[in-house]
Order: sequence, then structure tokens, then C-alpha cells
Amino acid sequence: MSRLLVCPPDYFGIEYEINPWMRVSNTADLKRARLQWYALMQELEHQIGATLERMDPIASLPDMVFTANAGVLYGLCAVPSRFRHPERQREERYFEQWFRTHGYDVTLLEEGLYFEGAGDLLGFPDIWFGGYRQRTDIRAYPRLSEIFNREIIPLELVNPRFYHLDTCFCPLSGGELLYYPPAFDPYAQTVLSDRIAKDRQMIVPEAEALRFACNAVCIGRHVVLPDGCPDTMKQLEERGYHVHPVPLDEFMKAGGSAKCLTLALE
Amino acid sequence: MTAAEETVILQGHIIDSLILAKVLDTILMMGGTFDLSDVQIGTTRQEASRATLVVRAASPALLAEILTAIQPHGASVARETDCTVEPVRTAGVLPDGFYATTHLPTHVRLQGHWCEVQAIEMDLGIRFDPSKVSARAIPMTDARPGDLIVTGRDGIRVLPLQRPPERDVFSFMEAQVSSERPHGPIIADIARRMRTLREAGGTQGKVLLAGGPAIIHSGGRDALTWLIEAGFVHVLFCGNALAAHDMEAHMFGTSLGYGLSAGHTVPHGHEHHLRTINRIRAIGSIEQAVASGAITQGIMAACVRQKVQVVMAGTIRDDGPLPGVITDSVRAQAAMRAALPGVKLALLVASTLHAIATGNLLPATVPTVCVDVNPAVPTKLADRGSFQAVGLVMDAASFLRDLTRELGGKI
Repeated sequence: MSRLLVCPPDYFGIEYEINPWMRVSNTADLKRARLQWYALMQELEHQIGATLERMDPIASLPDMVFTANAGVLYGLCAVPSRFRHPERQREERYFEQWFRTHGYDVTLLEEGLYFEGAGDLLGFPDIWFGGYRQRTDIRAYPRLSEIFNREIIPLELVNPRFYHLDTCFCPLSGGELLYYPPAFDPYAQTVLSDRIAKDRQMIVPEAEALRFACNAVCIGRHVVLPDGCPDTMKQLEERGYHVHPVPLDEFMKAGGSAKCLTLALE
Repeated sequence: MTAAEETVILQGHIIDSLILAKVLDTILMMGGTFDLSDVQIGTTRQEASRATLVVRAASPALLAEILTAIQPHGASVARETDCTVEPVRTAGVLPDGFYATTHLPTHVRLQGHWCEVQAIEMDLGIRFDPSKVSARAIPMTDARPGDLIVTGRDGIRVLPLQRPPERDVFSFMEAQVSSERPHGPIIADIARRMRTLREAGGTQGKVLLAGGPAIIHSGGRDALTWLIEAGFVHVLFCGNALAAHDMEAHMFGTSLGYGLSAGHTVPHGHEHHLRTINRIRAIGSIEQAVASGAITQGIMAACVRQKVQVVMAGTIRDDGPLPGVITDSVRAQAAMRAALPGVKLALLVASTLHAIATGNLLPATVPTVCVDVNPAVPTKLADRGSFQAVGLVMDAASFLRDLTRELGGKI
């Protein structure tokens, strides 16, 4: 079954503002955040049967809880992230260390070549997509393509609220794509409608996109997503997915949800 | 010339992602232009593609704006390096790996700055002068020990020819050779350019005519004489024969023994050109022959009177030759080269040898016409790289007469 890397929210909080969702004045309720995080873990571990690898949280690194941004993995090859914002650059060495101590071959990108891990690089078995312009530098993709020997199609993200690809784009195990087209520039929208067959495109309505309906975790036929997204849930159920809504609004204050809180290790 | 340009590289999965299309659209929408100088498409889906493009804009400020707009999509300015230079070790021998020039405008990057190569011409080397931070195209015979010669391909830009502002036959910038094209409009365009250059009184450039003896044989002597007397031709390249038959016509009324007005060979006519050459050799020079009144009419007399710069280059089959004919071909090439600065229109008429030699020496920026009754001549000229030459398949005399009429001459 699936293995996921997670990091408990012991030091989670809104301590800086690096995306439009974050307001230092909009304090996170740590107790509530913990409850929501454990409820998510419960769902993943017990309802879906995923194996969770928990890494140690680090004091003063409030966003380490978002392990999707640790880097990207394929087989035993790991490329840790190079964060754009200095606030998150301090997480890099801890993620790198975790990969090394868990037997991964680590390849480092050159400093200054911004790449924010599985937050921006997602895909199907035959084709990967990379979000750029908000956080990741498009120049990282030719390098990653070489490292992983994969085709990587860059997609321009144009709305700062959808600053990572995983906030507006979720490939599903059955080959469908759950996504929010206005988050992309017209060229990327054309590419997606060309590359993904029409009957596999699942468009998320704006109101639910803004609740991060696309920031969902798909494991087999199970999809875990933030609650309050009835239209998206209905679409998923119609295609035979088992849907697991989880309240994650404390993490939305930092601009993250279910997918951001996990990193697929397989 | 465009005010500003920069080479940028785009790589990755740029085709299917429409990233290349987006970058090119952005350049055009912002008012720039581009040349895709190289595109390497990945051979598998996993393999990345790579495009090299030269971005051009009307001003450095606009270019900077365009580069700022395309850089987030991965377009990075190609790493600029100075060109490499190596010293000449043996006189007349360029270093191995020397950069061989084209006749297109060329810039080299020296000590961090791009500078235009002076006296550009095809098939030469480039000499770098560190004291002036300048570069000049030189033939290998001019290489002196210690000269610094540009080698390799780094730090060198060859600029494509810009379309001239005039909308005439030269604006097509391609060597079309056809005997079935109407000559009238082409000759009218040539005449227009010659008139403009004459009216500018030499401030805008000179007209060069390189011609062969068929001009005399075919009956074009009077027309060319008029063009020179009227101030439309400023430099003449020819061989021994054109000058010899021109003066033979004056002295004997024949060209290679053929009576120009009689229309048939005259007795002992085959000796006339030898006697002409011998007479001029006795006088000492063509200039003295004109000054003394021995020669008063024709092309050479007109050249002396109008102070036209004449370069006569000899060949192995020459009789005589006439005084002033340069028999050392390297020296002849150097003399022709020295006469080229300022030439803004070149007419290559009825001479395979001189047309191709002149074509080899001319930068691509000089509008060039090659007139020959044999289509092989303009074709050969184009095949040897002078793609800017307009080919006119017609008899020399007809061309010169039509041109003269177009310019108001009564012949």
C-alpha cells in the first residue's frame, strides 16, 4: 500500500506571510490544527490503509507540516526542494537529511534554482506536469527531466492564490484530471485540454477551488479532500471514487490542505 | 541595421507545452522580431528540445523589456564570451582553426564589447587589433607574424542582411537568374540608383563597373564611354583585353580585328590589338597616351579624363600586357580590394573572371548586378556565395545602351 511522509503540526502557526492566504493576524488555533491533522492521519491510515512515515517537527519551522514541499521522489531517487522564500529555505536541510537517512539517492539542484517539490511537480505515469512562475523556476524542469528521464510539461500558474500546482491540479489514479482551469494561462489551458481527453477532465467550480478541492490525496480509488466541496465530491463519486472529506480549515490559513500535508513515497 | 539584439536559449519540453510558441508570441506582441537560429527537437518524449533564437528590437530599452518578459518562461540570454584569438607564427599563414568569414555583416566580441568587423569579405580571416579594440577582415597573404587572428566560433555573430528601404529589384536580395524576366524594370531600378549616387556627388558612394572585352566586341563601347563621361561610373575593374580592344577600336576601328562599322574582318585585323598594345607600351602608359592625344576617344580616354579609378588585372593568356596591367594576381586582388571602400553599386558586365573575382571581394550589403549573355555566369556567381547579385541574362551592348537611354544619353 501507499507510503506517505508526514510531519506533525507541533510547531505549526502563521508566523510570516508568503502567500495571499497567510495573515499573521489570522492566528492558527494550534489545538484545533492538531485535531484536524490527526483526523486526516486517521482517515489515511485506518480508513484507506496507507503507511505513514512521521518525521520529527522542528521548532521555529511552522511550515514543515507541509511535507509535499519536501522534494520529489521517484524510485530511490530524491531531489529535495530549493524554496523561493528564505522563510522556508531553512527546512531544506531537514528534508534532505530525512531522504538520506532513509536510503534515497539524493540529487541536489543548484542553489537559486527554485523548485518546490511535489507541490509543483505532479503527473500521470506517462507524463508529468510542472507548475511555474509563482514558486518554481521553469529552468528547474529540464534538469528534473534529465534526472528522472521523464517528459515534464511546464504549466504557467497565473493566480497567486493558486501558487503551487497542487492547489489547482490533481491527477487521479483512473487517469482523470481534477483541476481549476483559470489558475493557468491560456497556453497551459490549451495544453491540458489537448493532452487530457475531454471525458477525463473534471473541472472544479471556483468556490470549491478556493477551498482547495484540488489539494486532494488520491490513493487507489480513495480520494481525501477538504470538506465543503460538494460538487467536487459528487463528480468523484459519479466516477466511482470513495470520497473522504476532512475539515482542514486551520491549515487553509497557511494556504495548504490535504495534499500539502503529505508526500507520496511510492 | 537593427538597433539591438540578443541571443537567447530556451530548453526543456518547450514544444508540446507551447512554451516556445508563447515566447515567440510575446516577442512579436511587444514589437520585437526574432530569428530561430537553431532548433533541436528531442528524439524521444523524454528528451528535451532546445531552441536558440536571436531577438531583435528597435531600441535597447525595448529589447530589455522583451527579455524581461520572456525570461520567466525559461528564455535565458546565451552566455556571451569573447572570441578567441591566436597569433600568426609564419607570415602568410593563418593559425589552424581560424574563423573563415562570410560576406555578411559580422560582429566579434572583444574585451566584453561587440564590434563590427571592418572590410568584411567572404573567405578571409579576422585580425584583432588590441590597441584599438577593433577587428578587420584580412586575406591570408596579409597575415604577419604576431597578428592576432580570431579562431573558433565563440563570440562571433553573423547578421542577416536587412531588407533595403528602397522598394526595387535589389530589395528581393536573392540571385534570380532568368532569361525570361523583362529587363526594362530592372534596368530602370539600376538607373535610378546610379542617378541618386551621381546627384549626391560622391557623398553617398561610388558605382563600380567590372567588364570584359565583349563590351567592345558587341558594340557597347559608345554607351559605356557616355556613362563614364557623364559621371555615372567611378571605378572600373577590367583586364588587359577590354582596354586593348577599346584603344584598338580608336586606332584601327576594329575589335579583335573585326571591323566595328564594316561588320566583317579586315585584312591583318588580328594584328591590330598587338600593334595597339605595342604602341601604348612605347608611349609608356594609357594616361600619357591620352595626354599626348594618341588616344582621344573611348572608354579608357573617358576614364583618364573623368579620373575614374581603374584596376587592370592580368591573366596568363594576355598579350603584352598593356602598361598598368597588374600581372601578380595577389597584388591585383589587393588593388581591387583597395578600390572597394565606398562602392554602393556594382555592375559586373560580360566577364566571367572579373565578375566572380569582384563578387568574392564585395560585402553582401553592396547591391550587385551581373549581366551576361550566358546564364552560367550569374548562376556561378550565386553558387559561389554572392547571393545578393541580381542576374540579367542579356548581351552587354544591349544592357549598356538601355541603361544609357534610361539615364538620358543619346546614342
